[in-house]
Amino acid sequence: MIIQAISFYIFAAIAVASAVMVISARNPVHSVLFLILAFFNAAALFILIGAEFLGMILVVVYLGAVTVLFLFVVMMLDINVARLREGFLQYLPIGGLIGAILVAELFLVVGAWVFAPEIEARAQVPIPPLDQMSNTAALGSVLYTRYVYLFQASGLVLLVAMVGAIVLTLRSRPGVHRQSIREQNFRTREESVEIKKVQSRGGV
Amino acid sequence: MTQDLATIAPELFLAVSAMALLMLGVFRGRESTGLVLMLSVVVVVITFALVWLAPSTRVVVFEGLFIRDGFGAFMKGLILIGTGVSLVMSWRYIERENMAQFEFPILILFATLGMLMMVSANDLMSLYIGLELQSLSLYVIAAFRRDTLRSTESGLKYFVLGALASGMLLYGASLIYGFTGTTNFDDLAAAFAETRAAGEMPSLGIIVGLVFMAAGLSFKVSAVPFHMWTPDVYEGAPTAVTAFFASAPKIAAMALFGRVMMGPFGDLVAQWQQIIIAISILSMLLGAFAAINQTSIKRLMAYSSIGHVGYALIGLAAGTEAGIQGLIIYMTIYLVMNLGTFAVILCMRQKGRMVEGIDDLRGLSRTHPMMAAAMAIFMFSMAGIPPLAGFFGKLYVFLAAIEAELYVLAVIGVLTSVVGAFYYLRIIKLMYFDEPVEAFDRPFGREMNLVMGVAGALILLFFVFPSPILEGAEIAAAALLAG
Repeated sequence: MIIQAISFYIFAAIAVASAVMVISARNPVHSVLFLILAFFNAAALFILIGAEFLGMILVVVYLGAVTVLFLFVVMMLDINVARLREGFLQYLPIGGLIGAILVAELFLVVGAWVFAPEIEARAQVPIPPLDQMSNTAALGSVLYTRYVYLFQASGLVLLVAMVGAIVLTLRSRPGVHRQSIREQNFRTREESVEIKKVQSRGGV
Repeated sequence: MTQDLATIAPELFLAVSAMALLMLGVFRGRESTGLVLMLSVVVVVITFALVWLAPSTRVVVFEGLFIRDGFGAFMKGLILIGTGVSLVMSWRYIERENMAQFEFPILILFATLGMLMMVSANDLMSLYIGLELQSLSLYVIAAFRRDTLRSTESGLKYFVLGALASGMLLYGASLIYGFTGTTNFDDLAAAFAETRAAGEMPSLGIIVGLVFMAAGLSFKVSAVPFHMWTPDVYEGAPTAVTAFFASAPKIAAMALFGRVMMGPFGDLVAQWQQIIIAISILSMLLGAFAAINQTSIKRLMAYSSIGHVGYALIGLAAGTEAGIQGLIIYMTIYLVMNLGTFAVILCMRQKGRMVEGIDDLRGLSRTHPMMAAAMAIFMFSMAGIPPLAGFFGKLYVFLAAIEAELYVLAVIGVLTSVVGAFYYLRIIKLMYFDEPVEAFDRPFGREMNLVMGVAGALILLFFVFPSPILEGAEIAAAALLAG
């Protein structure tokens, strides 16, 4: 138990600290690296509460794909960070004030947290105990049945994102040689090979 | 499962046809834009028929995620009309403005699908997914002319602020889930009814969540103080896109706002009523005063739509069946007025170039008398002058407010509509009493004249035959409150 508590505080503290570093690091590449650290600690926290599937997905999807993509983008684009940072201090007082108010509200809200007695009964899909079904199986058993509508709709959202990315960025460039497999396959010997008699001691 | 699929038939048809048209466009290339656009209009018409023909009894399917009822059917009808007319109006526009890509109608279809899903949401999760599908498509359409700075700027602004609003909505939704243990609207309503019956206050977390959800939804309907994006996006986006933005998504967001507030949070009226009253008053004030100094007609329409949202929210603030009926009537009339006005704006071309200054309308009555007459009808109606339809829209929301004893709200509404009349009437003065400047090109295409004519006739003759809309709105409002 004590080991669990210690690891929770370690992971949580590192996650918060690296989240702060994400927005305060001078170099954008460092920011992305801190983001990776933050995600990694969040994954560890998931595993601590027994949600091993979510933890692994976080590592695979967010660390493996999303942040690495971020890293590429940040390295490829030449972003002038100094200019982006102009006026950062100017907005700090008002931003800090709003943040402080939100934190205070959060404390009030969480302080008032009581589990209503009827919550257990109202929960739509209770999580089965771990010895009966693993997390992954429990998620899978509702994702494609109970929540199939949401699953399909999320697919449409992703499709729109893909179409949008293509619309906004794809440019057809003139003068680019493209491979045409049909043309390649239909080439005949006559078009492509030319036989020349080469006289001895003469060039082609 | 069969019943589930039969219930979502309009959405299913729209989704499958949008994907089929996407395939058509991809394989046929850029030349197919006209064909895809035409087929999209056909798809919208068929979807409208499917919505129309479906029985209007209340059905909840997909384990409580999706609801079909009379309220949804009415609002979906309005949304599909808005989409269909916007598509028809954008037909020649996208060709002339060199943005004829087949993705344009496809993205509009997906946005419409998202709107239908929003209106039919019966769960916080399906609400969010529908909202995101709609918003994501709209961000892309706003930036569709990616080679112009203003269009990309408007798309980016809309995206960043929209993402912030989605974040607020999700934060509110997560608090509500955390404090009640459910995301289903029916279960939420039951839980809040219990609290109210026991005479207790809902816990603080629920109220904070409710406030955040109201903020997110206010952003989507562009109510003050979450309106900042509206003028910039309306001005920067291509005009055909602005016409679409001002019609269908507004209706959808308003319907969603009504459903969320009256459905699951219906028993918390005392908690949200003051929020809605505040944003309604602020929207009406800003819509009336900020529009006065505008020189661009698109910005003017943006502020005007903020004002109209304020009036429509009066109906919601009343929190009664009459209020919801007023909101539905108001949005119906708003849709017709807006589509007509944008048909006129889309015809504002000089020497093959779009112009959008208010001063360009000078002397329109002499160069294009019919167009000026139509615009005058729309402006009088927006100002709320009887016997045009706009007057009745305002009348019903004000009546509902007075019945609910919200006298201050009604009085402020009347006063701001007097202020608002100033800039609507100024346009009429410019058209009829000023010397003509350069004449506009001949309106391109019959469809514009048709939209202007039909919209003008509907506005002008509404008072002769108002019963279909009044009764339809009454049934829809009753259906919303019955759930």
